[in-house]
Amino acid sequence: MSNVILITGTRKGIGKELAQYYLKNSWNVIGCSRGETTISDKSYQHYQFDVSDEKSVIKIVREVSRKFGKIDVLLNNAGIASMNHLLLTPIDKAKDIFNTNFFGSFLLMREVGKIMTKKKNGRIVNFTTVAVPLNLDGEAIYAASKAAVESLTKISAKELAPYGITVNAVGPSPVKTDLIKVVPKDKISDLVSKQAIKRLGEFNDVVNVINFFIDKNSNFITGQIIYLGGISG
Amino acid sequence: MKGKIEKLIINALVDYNEELENPAYGNPDEKTRLYSSEGGMDSIALVGFIADLEERLAVEFNKDIILADERAMSQKRSPFLSVQLLANYIENLLLESEE
Ligand SMILES: NC(=O)c1ccc[n+]([C@@H]2O[C@H](COP(=O)([O-])OP(=O)(O)OC[C@H]3O[C@@H](n4cnc5c(N)ncnc54)[C@H](OP(=O)(O)O)[C@@H]3O)[C@@H](O)[C@H]2O)c1
Repeated sequence: MSNVILITGTRKGIGKELAQYYLKNSWNVIGCSRGETTISDKSYQHYQFDVSDEKSVIKIVREVSRKFGKIDVLLNNAGIASMNHLLLTPIDKAKDIFNTNFFGSFLLMREVGKIMTKKKNGRIVNFTTVAVPLNLDGEAIYAASKAAVESLTKISAKELAPYGITVNAVGPSPVKTDLIKVVPKDKISDLVSKQAIKRLGEFNDVVNVINFFIDKNSNFITGQIIYLGGISG
Repeated sequence: MKGKIEKLIINALVDYNEELENPAYGNPDEKTRLYSSEGGMDSIALVGFIADLEERLAVEFNKDIILADERAMSQKRSPFLSVQLLANYIENLLLESEE
């Protein structure tokens, strides 16, 4: 049976490209988003739910597990961002960001981890950002939520290692998607100039790191954060 | 219902023990110790067992139950000590979820 990959946030952006990429490579792809699907393919199944909703996460992960008998890979791609000065950040916005970025990743790791445990095999890749190591001003809440994801990645790597599950994270530098549409141009070029390799990230740069993490030969690679563009932690 | 739950736990334990090979689980009954310093599972084994049990409960009772909830973690007497205590705990969770 072909491999099963669960990718969150597949309606648009990097998540959608990832889903299409793995479909092309003959994987069974399970995707999700709050909005309706934009992908149609016989090997693709979409679930419409919010990753921070515990009940939905439990229900859907169990459904997928019953249907396919396994989940080989989880990509916690769903994420939201917001550029805001700390003094002008509403609490609800801050909670939204943590709900999706941190609690969403946590819930999926917890429930998919239970399925992977039984197979003594699994690969989890979380999403962080170069805003964490760069301590970008204007992104305090977003970066803090991703810093939390990084801790979650490193510690759960230890806790899940006995079950044959690896947990790593990829930290993209700016990639052209809706996520950074609202960020002013000069902010982006300022950010790119801080990279060792000064260009925008491409989808292929992201998938390259993910493919390394999920490769079956990468069973000795866990708890690692890889940033794009030559930013180091 | 309690008997049914105990049976489910015991069956899960027998299957799980094919991997654990713990002599204490050779012939388990309701008194069998689960997470315990006296010959039971260690925490790594317990986590795997709970994951397995949650799925069996979901199939049997058609309910998505989380065993390691806040109450289970904060109870003085952990429900994960023995088959019997765990069965009591699960029965309560199932009854509550019906309300
Ligand atoms: N683009 C970049 O420059 C960049 C840089 C660093 C890190 N990243 C990270 O890369 C990941 C993908 O970003 P992107 O640029 O592709 O963003 P995007 O274009 O805004 O897409 C985000 C995706 O996540 C889904 N989503 C958002 N909140 C969700 C929720 N609560 N539940 C379920 N699905 C949800 C969205 O669909 P719905 O709206 O329908 O829910 C959408 O499909 C994020 O984790 C982001 O932090 C991106």
